[in-house]
Amino acid sequence: MNSYDAIVIGAGHNGLTNAAFLAKAGLKVVVLEKNDYIGGAAVSRELHKDWIYSNCSYVCSLLRPEIFQALDLARHGLQVTPYGGSVTFMRNGDYLGSYWDHEVAHREMARHSRHDADAYQRFAAETMRQTRFIRDFLLRTPPDPTSFRYRDIKELLAIGRRVLEMDEEAIYDTLRFWTMSIGDYLDEFFECDVIKASLAGSGIIGTALGPYSPGSAYVLLHHYMGEVDGNIGAWGFARGGMGGVSNAIASALQAFGGEIRKEAEVQQIIVRNGKAAGVALASGEEVSAPIVVSNLDVRRTFLNVMDEKDLDSRFLERVRNFHIRGSSGKLNIALDGLPTFPALPKGSSLMHSDMHFIDSLERIERAYDDWKNKTWSRDPYVDMLIPTLTDPTMAPPGKHFMSCFVQYCPPELDTGEWTDQDRDAFGKTVIDQISEYSPDFKDLILHVEIRTPRELEQEIGLTEGNIFQGELTMDQLMFNRPIPGFAQYRAPVKGLYMCSSSTHPGGGVMAAPGANAAREILADLKRPNTVPENFGDD
Amino acid sequence: MSVAGKPVSERVLRTAFYSRTSEANLLNKWHSWRGYTTADAYYDASIEYFACRNATGVFDLCPMTKYRITGPDALAYLDRLVTRDMTRIKPGRVAYAVWCNDAGKVIDDGTIFHLSQGEYRLCAYGRHLAWLLAATLGFDVSVEEETDEIAALAVQGPTSCAILKDMGLDGIENLKPFGLTHFDHGQLMVSRTGFTGDLGYELWVERRFAENLWDRLFEAGRLRGIRAMGGDALDMARIEAGFLQAEVDFLPADQVVRPGRARSPYELGLGWLVDLEKANFNGRRALAREKAEGSSVWQMVKLVIEGNKPADASYIYAGTRKQVGFVTSAMWSPVAKQNIALATVKAPYGNNESNLHAEIYYQRELHWSRVMARCEVVDKPFWDPPRRRATPPADY
Ligand SMILES: Cc1cc2nc3c(=O)[nH]c(=O)nc-3n(C[C@H](O)[C@H](O)[C@H](O)COP(=O)(O)OP(=O)(O)OC[C@H]3O[C@@H](n4cnc5c(N)ncnc54)[C@H](O)[C@@H]3O)c2cc1C
Repeated sequence: MNSYDAIVIGAGHNGLTNAAFLAKAGLKVVVLEKNDYIGGAAVSRELHKDWIYSNCSYVCSLLRPEIFQALDLARHGLQVTPYGGSVTFMRNGDYLGSYWDHEVAHREMARHSRHDADAYQRFAAETMRQTRFIRDFLLRTPPDPTSFRYRDIKELLAIGRRVLEMDEEAIYDTLRFWTMSIGDYLDEFFECDVIKASLAGSGIIGTALGPYSPGSAYVLLHHYMGEVDGNIGAWGFARGGMGGVSNAIASALQAFGGEIRKEAEVQQIIVRNGKAAGVALASGEEVSAPIVVSNLDVRRTFLNVMDEKDLDSRFLERVRNFHIRGSSGKLNIALDGLPTFPALPKGSSLMHSDMHFIDSLERIERAYDDWKNKTWSRDPYVDMLIPTLTDPTMAPPGKHFMSCFVQYCPPELDTGEWTDQDRDAFGKTVIDQISEYSPDFKDLILHVEIRTPRELEQEIGLTEGNIFQGELTMDQLMFNRPIPGFAQYRAPVKGLYMCSSSTHPGGGVMAAPGANAAREILADLKRPNTVPENFGDD
Repeated sequence: MSVAGKPVSERVLRTAFYSRTSEANLLNKWHSWRGYTTADAYYDASIEYFACRNATGVFDLCPMTKYRITGPDALAYLDRLVTRDMTRIKPGRVAYAVWCNDAGKVIDDGTIFHLSQGEYRLCAYGRHLAWLLAATLGFDVSVEEETDEIAALAVQGPTSCAILKDMGLDGIENLKPFGLTHFDHGQLMVSRTGFTGDLGYELWVERRFAENLWDRLFEAGRLRGIRAMGGDALDMARIEAGFLQAEVDFLPADQVVRPGRARSPYELGLGWLVDLEKANFNGRRALAREKAEGSSVWQMVKLVIEGNKPADASYIYAGTRKQVGFVTSAMWSPVAKQNIALATVKAPYGNNESNLHAEIYYQRELHWSRVMARCEVVDKPFWDPPRRRATPPADY
């Protein structure tokens, strides 16, 4: 029984989503995953006894609610609990809090700058305007601007209409926004360093851009365009860690009759007579299907598991030119108790929020300089959270799981490849930074998992460890993602499709690429569509 | 506002009168107004409302945003900021004004108190320091927020003048509408302003004098029906007066996300506040064009609606089929005995030729019913008693 209607390579959440919608349409589908666990970068793992780590992605907002609903993920065990706020610790001993409650947030910002507290209102409105624009296109296949097919023209007109609906000034703002740096964008509203630093994080997370690199303003949107229960821009915790997302999708897939095979690494996509015919596994086994869908990033798909001869050279050249630079690392830490942060008032709700330890755009830019110089940032931007203050399932009572996302961390060091010593030194840099603000933190550490781009690439196959499976820059977005002319999820080989974060609308635990690709596949097969439409913002 | 360095409290803030308002709040009904705890109602909203129409109601307006604007260019600055001619507002006078963005859309409305030569207080519903500071470019002027430093009470109703006289404010009866004056060696400022459309005053002191002011006022008013009044009662009074409420009847332009949701002064029925003849001001070009071309898209109208079912959240139709707008504020008016509303309709329909109707849904014992009720567009406030303007006012 080695023959299927469709094979999905990779059990990342997008691969699982894609397979689930195909199975829902009645296709016989198998997902082949190289690891002995599923989820890719949306995974929960017990790496220290009784502790569950969200060991890559750690917070959830982008996951499309339409997909949540269509796959009935609630029934399959997924629960997302919102959390809010952030705190940025300052070198001078002070801090800037951002609170869930707007009034408290305003008051706190006003403590640092009354001007900025009031300016935030316009910043929020203008950013929301940009966010709404992009949200409209998340569950849609990007149009091909060079095509004259009815559907492409219709979709292009939809973009045009969206633009024309804006006020004149908003159109100018939009054109500027998409190419601007997050630093320049923030400078237009705010005067206070720490306020800018606290907002800039969303513009640099996961990207090999600095706060003053053009294009980083868009990355901010990528962190604002999600939602929790219609609350645009809000983030939440998946109960049980981010694996909760993948596990629920996998359960839905299985309920539709789909199969998942772990420890089934694909070595080669088989092409016969110019058509996809199946895959060969590392074990030597062959699995056949007329439809093959890749959940791997575009570089890995076309350069690692395909025979170059099956593809044209110009296409391959473009694949090689796809920007997918690693820039992030992560620490997952098991704690014997809750660390204290003496700068915060007792009982502060900020303990539940994202914590950052870098208080100016200049420091973030310097952190980026280190990356350019091929070392990890000596003074990194860390997005630290203690999910166990919200989620009771991830550590024993009174004990905690701490997730530290780290920007910047290069894929290769000036000294060459990463070594285990380098990795540990990187981890120490992060732990030392946090300890500066929490004296009892180090003593509470029971176990640390340190992940540099090397581990991210080796374990889940993210090329260079790029968390979004490709930079989110204008040249690689919408109809340019991943490769101009190939934005509609079809690879140049008939029967071969792409469903990973390398495709529109990009990285993050969103499930949209997987769903959009399924819609295209079902259309090609002339099967009824099972993929939901955008709820739409009104 | 707290001092830099000192952590802010996550608890809702207390106004300068909290010790008194909490004592008076038998219902323990509060809402957060800009982060300050503010009474919805103290004992019963309708009794409080009638206090301000029949005797005197006292409203704690501390959370109102206040700015102090001073400097040699204060007048020139304000004149460029707002749409009306500020050179006509002499010291000792107060002006209701709106200010717009460059596109001529209203950012907010508020009152500007000309305290003395070169010294003003601007009082607004929203918070605009970023905008106000950006507008200082080129002017020798300073803008400082003083919301938390200044405590204020609205003292509104037919016995309000008598109460203030009894409180010892000699000569208060001579204060004209939109006038301001000082007492207690300048520690107490009184303006003849308010949000009820009735005879009334607003009292302004530094925070430290607040409780004493409250006590004096209530002592003086004991025999003249003084009562604390919450936000619910005030809202009723302001709708009857036809006053717009920012964030309810219009959205400040800098908060607007969707296209076409901001409003010009003309669209809000505030064209009388726009002086296209005066020196340049923010939004002037756009407003001159809108006026010349008659290109206003919306019209704010006051409606008297047939029947007695309040038209909350109703659609407005021209005739009974063509949907042309929506209600933003509505109520049964106890003083006017009319069913009234403020509504936004598409520009050509804001008149009685359009035969406007409101689609009203109302619930009786859980069951919902619907009526299409005829609307009459009116120009005047729904409630506008002569005592509002009388100087000196009668004692009751
Ligand atoms: C450290 C980190 C933190 C992040 N934080 C967040 C966050 O907080 N919130 C958020 O929304 N997003 C976050 N992201 C981004 C997000 O997790 C990813 O963009 C998303 O999970 C990618 O999903 P995917 O299904 O497209 O691909 P992947 O998850 O990369 O899945 C690809 C799958 O293919 C498998 N595979 C690879 N090669 C083969 C092969 N040859 N044969 C078979 N299987 C193979 C892999 O093992 C993997 O399971 C983070 C990412 C990282 C790395």
